[in-house]
Amino acid sequence: MDLYQQYPIRLRINDQDREFDVESWVTLLDLLRERAGLTGTKKGCDHGQCGACTVLVDGKRVNSCLTLAVMQNGHEVTTIEGLAKGEELHPLQQAFIEEDAFQCGYCTPGQICSAAGLIAEGQAKTVDDVRELMSGNLCRCGAYPQIRQAVCKVIGIQESKPGAASGSDGFTTGPVLA
Amino acid sequence: MNPFLFSQAQNVDAALPLLAADGARPVAGGTNLLDLMKEGVMTPSTLVDINPLEHAGLDVIEEHEGGLRLGALARNAATAYHDTVRSRYPLLSAAILAGASPQLRNMATNGGNLLQRTRCVYFYDVGTPCNKREPGTGCPAKNGINRTLAILGTSEQCIATHPSDMCVALRALDATVHVKSGSGERAIPIADFHRLPGDTPQIDTNLQPGELITHITLPDAAAFIDHSAYIKVRDRLSYAFALVSVAAALDLDGGTIRAARIALGGVAHKPWRVEEAEAALVGKPAGAAAFEAAADRILEGARGYGQNDFKLTLAKNAIVQALTTAMRGTEFAKRGEA
Repeated sequence: MDLYQQYPIRLRINDQDREFDVESWVTLLDLLRERAGLTGTKKGCDHGQCGACTVLVDGKRVNSCLTLAVMQNGHEVTTIEGLAKGEELHPLQQAFIEEDAFQCGYCTPGQICSAAGLIAEGQAKTVDDVRELMSGNLCRCGAYPQIRQAVCKVIGIQESKPGAASGSDGFTTGPVLA
Repeated sequence: MNPFLFSQAQNVDAALPLLAADGARPVAGGTNLLDLMKEGVMTPSTLVDINPLEHAGLDVIEEHEGGLRLGALARNAATAYHDTVRSRYPLLSAAILAGASPQLRNMATNGGNLLQRTRCVYFYDVGTPCNKREPGTGCPAKNGINRTLAILGTSEQCIATHPSDMCVALRALDATVHVKSGSGERAIPIADFHRLPGDTPQIDTNLQPGELITHITLPDAAAFIDHSAYIKVRDRLSYAFALVSVAAALDLDGGTIRAARIALGGVAHKPWRVEEAEAALVGKPAGAAAFEAAADRILEGARGYGQNDFKLTLAKNAIVQALTTAMRGTEFAKRGEA
């Protein structure tokens, strides 16, 4: 048995069927960037801590750095490159521009894919919910207020006090969405 | 990552012989195992992808014998947001949602959550000694970076903590872990699933080689629905491991305690629960005096190692706060106004 053998896999990436031969240890993130030519998905920490690598697998947001490409054989992957319809930006992309929700832009593909997953999940009802449910995506430039505004804008959540602090005491526990 | 062989199992019976091989590990969400492999902390020779088992019924969450049955392959997010979990086990839902990030909860499974390994920095850093990673090499944490580490149930060999939030609620709710191997099935009470470090800190759980977790069951917990709270104290408001967490549930008769459940996370090598402290609350009026006495009993024998000395006070305050929040009601706790 050859530890260095390649495994044939087929993924549907951004509505295109793609076939690859990959070693067992290749992550979905590395497959996207290095084999599929889709460098929109970013490698930040490579340890599931920053969210820059967030993509949608079968419509659910995941950290592509913490799953193996071979584990995703047969699954459907959507990256930042797959969100726009031709020249028409995805509403989240448009909102990020309108709300000035990025500075350097490195975390932005992950932020937008994460927000797309958040919207599909349908659990965020308030500004605090959005803050909590976007917590898996770090932004070192600190564009959090604008990112929150952009996501709230697309969902249709009114921000009564822009930039207002959470309703919780900010000390013991975040908003619990049970 | 080290080179390894990859295989996929389509059902439990196909998975078991693959998992019986020396050096084989199951992978489901992969959120902890693949990270540990990137760090060189774990180096399995074969990964058996058990994700296809979710199509063989292992992702089912359903009412079961008056309680609840959680498939091992059900994702943490699917579990936390499941209608029955939300309505009948709000403590479990709250604990799961207090852990990790939405992305990780979409990936991580219930079985995998039980098998999470400690986040002690020495365990993760292969350039340092660690009795859990390499038995017999020593524990630099005792006199080193131990701010996040254990204050209860420690040993000379190891002061690591178990990182899970979900398991703290499972302990409070008297869960049972069901496993299967080539030689049959068995049920392990959650209290006996995780181990204290003792002289064998390299062994986290009583799961035996070749055994696969198939599901988790919970008994009825209707008495606690209205008065439960999960409090998690951490270095930032979200997406961080617990310094101390408390799963608290009360069954109240007016202002009198009929029954109580209290389990702690972030303080020991396993979720920490002292049932004598709960028994002592029975018949007492719910309130600060009773809650402080319970906290003192739970924390008997606790000790700090320097950086984590603050946890002794923090844990007591967190227990009292969790019980006070539970007393005020689950709906109150949900609003995040604890």
